[in-house]
Amino acid sequence: MSIKTAAVTGNEAASYALRQINPDVVAAYPITPQTELVQSFSEYVADGLVDTELITVESEHSAMSACVGAAAAGGRVMTATSANGLALMFEILFIAASNKLPIVMPVVNRALSGPINIHCDHGDTMAARDAGWIQIYSENAQEVYDNLIQAIRIAENMKVRLPVMVMFDGFIISHGIERVDYLDDATVRNFIGTYQPNHPLLDIDKPLTFGPLDLYDYYFEHKRQQAEDIKNSKPIILDVAREFKEISAREYGLFESYHLDDAETAIVVLSSAAGTAKAVVDELRDRGRKVGLLKPRVFRPFPYIEIAQALSHLKAIAILDRSVSFGSFGGPLFTEIRSAMVEFKKIPENFNIIFGLGGRDINEQDITGIYNQLDEVVKSGKVKERVQYLGVRD
Amino acid sequence: MAKLKDLVNKPEILSPGHRLCAGCGASIAVRQILSASDDPVVVACATGCLEVATTIYPYTSWRSPFIHNAFENVAATISGVETMYQSLKKQGKIDKEIKFIAFGGDGGTYDIGLQSLSGALERGHNFVYVCYDNEAYMNTGIQRSSATPRGAWTTTTPVGEVIPGKTQYRKDLTRIIAAHNIPYAAQASIWRWSDLIDKAHKAFYTKGPAFLNVLSPCHRGWRFPLEDTIKISKLAVQTNFWPLYEVENGKYKLNYKPKERLPITEWMKPQGRYKHLLTPENESIVEEIQQEIDNNWERLLVLSGEK
Ligand SMILES: Cc1ncc(C[n+]2csc(CCOP(=O)(O)OP(=O)(O)O)c2C)c(N)n1
Ligand code: SF4
Ligand SMILES: [Mg+2]
Repeated sequence: MSIKTAAVTGNEAASYALRQINPDVVAAYPITPQTELVQSFSEYVADGLVDTELITVESEHSAMSACVGAAAAGGRVMTATSANGLALMFEILFIAASNKLPIVMPVVNRALSGPINIHCDHGDTMAARDAGWIQIYSENAQEVYDNLIQAIRIAENMKVRLPVMVMFDGFIISHGIERVDYLDDATVRNFIGTYQPNHPLLDIDKPLTFGPLDLYDYYFEHKRQQAEDIKNSKPIILDVAREFKEISAREYGLFESYHLDDAETAIVVLSSAAGTAKAVVDELRDRGRKVGLLKPRVFRPFPYIEIAQALSHLKAIAILDRSVSFGSFGGPLFTEIRSAMVEFKKIPENFNIIFGLGGRDINEQDITGIYNQLDEVVKSGKVKERVQYLGVRD
Repeated sequence: MAKLKDLVNKPEILSPGHRLCAGCGASIAVRQILSASDDPVVVACATGCLEVATTIYPYTSWRSPFIHNAFENVAATISGVETMYQSLKKQGKIDKEIKFIAFGGDGGTYDIGLQSLSGALERGHNFVYVCYDNEAYMNTGIQRSSATPRGAWTTTTPVGEVIPGKTQYRKDLTRIIAAHNIPYAAQASIWRWSDLIDKAHKAFYTKGPAFLNVLSPCHRGWRFPLEDTIKISKLAVQTNFWPLYEVENGKYKLNYKPKERLPITEWMKPQGRYKHLLTPENESIVEEIQQEIDNNWERLLVLSGEK
């Protein structure tokens, strides 16, 4: 095993992972901020560095449709997209999951139109959270690379067989240059193994019908099975993480805790903002404040008991959402976690902060302000405003 | 040319017992076309009558591998299947010869699926696309499509006090497909079965994309007695409403020339969907439709070097 250290963008790290995974078919369509990923992978194809057949489709709807056809045919299939592209795939996301097709898709998070905006928020993948895909959020380029490799193993596990989205923040991670430690090709290929087809369409001796009409006498049972399958992926995700640690020395779980055990207050936040928050935690800890952080990694299946348990000892928490769920009580992360906490007798004081829509920056001062607000809540025992919008002009 | 004796001995891929209406033109088209492949086929189908009536879980009428994805994406879906086949073949993981065929209704082809089809044709996948054209959205209850002919009644172009059925002419899809410069595109009829089967054979054994547009009468939507499906198919050809021709590597060829072109009213008369047109007040509409049919025919004669 050898490690190659590189300074690359998140998109390049993702594309490098795709090269090592060497899918049989990739069908993709460009969209900012994912474009560079597809371009870079096209170069690997043009240079003959992969066995992949690349389908340069005429839309994302066709990208996901072709992925469904290719995965049903019986091979390893990937695509990638962002925002409007994901929205255009929407109908077929559900079909991919219900057919139990292990498609793996990096999604570079970008704000959904309208108005049109190319910068980061999580509105795109949050809107797709009930499509039946496993969803894994990444903090930085290293996690993008690591999560993609693990995603193949998770998706293709015979007990799971579900599609997986691996998310990372548009521009902040997709275009920012960071250090990434790459595993060597042989290690990755050995880790992911060869693709095991499951009832492939191309098996002409055992003809199967995919996508039948399924009415009130069976549809419900099939949906019930699907709910069970995604729930059961949780231990598999952890098994894969354990095995991945053996080849990478990097640790992954359903979520990451940062100085949480002895903390009195904490922030919960996904993706790149967690990196900024960690720096703030370090700084405040230096000044003797008992602050911590929880960064969910797996959003679907949502590790509700595990996260609620990990937060249960705290006095107050702020849950940050980089997306808005119009007309609901709070952001998606907030409503999930608040409802999970009901399982425990003592619920920490809590509030929701919606931030960063359309690429609005969140900085260390903003995060320090949130920790200060948490202290006030602990002192007064009162939450002034349950759902807040950070840094937005009135 | 296909021999009836050989065809009847071929195993059927679409098995009996499906729930398409008795006398449905689509099932006849599918059976004739699938009899033309000498190799195993993988079938993809768009949402529509053909798909819903042949795959009611836990049953299936398909003896070959079959995939339905959604309404508007059968071309993209089969392009994914075919590409996986090419990939596995190149990698030496599969060696069998397999043919790929997609079926879409006129709604799934002329309208909502046109982009997906155009993309797949341009990319040059090795597959056959068949539009079984019954000139409306039948599965959802006879709504108009861009293949519905002018003047026809449908549930979204009802015959009202002021509007007498559909006001627009139908889209000329076969020419749109031919303009993609794919190696083979043809228009066919279930009445001329041996012409259709020959065309299907050509389509299967053309390298690259091939397209067949097959008029598939629907007695429910067109309002005629169910035993008249073939008779209606014949009238479509003999009135020049549905000319039989093919475009092979850009060259147009007319496959059938009626000895004497029947007037368009002969096509309209047996179909309830045109009933309102055959009245003195709507005579001018029928004349305009006749003119359009004759113009299209003249153009086809020129394109195919007959004139
Ligand atoms: C995206 C989407 N829009 C609408 C529908 C509803 N729908 C199902 S089949 C159909 C019409 C099918 O018409 P056509 O393709 O002509 O096939 P036919 O039923 O006539 O054989 C429609 C509108 C759908 N399934 N998906
Ligand atoms: S409604 Fe028409 S197209 Fe549909 S099955 Fe019946 S005859 Fe065939
Ligand atoms: Mg139709």
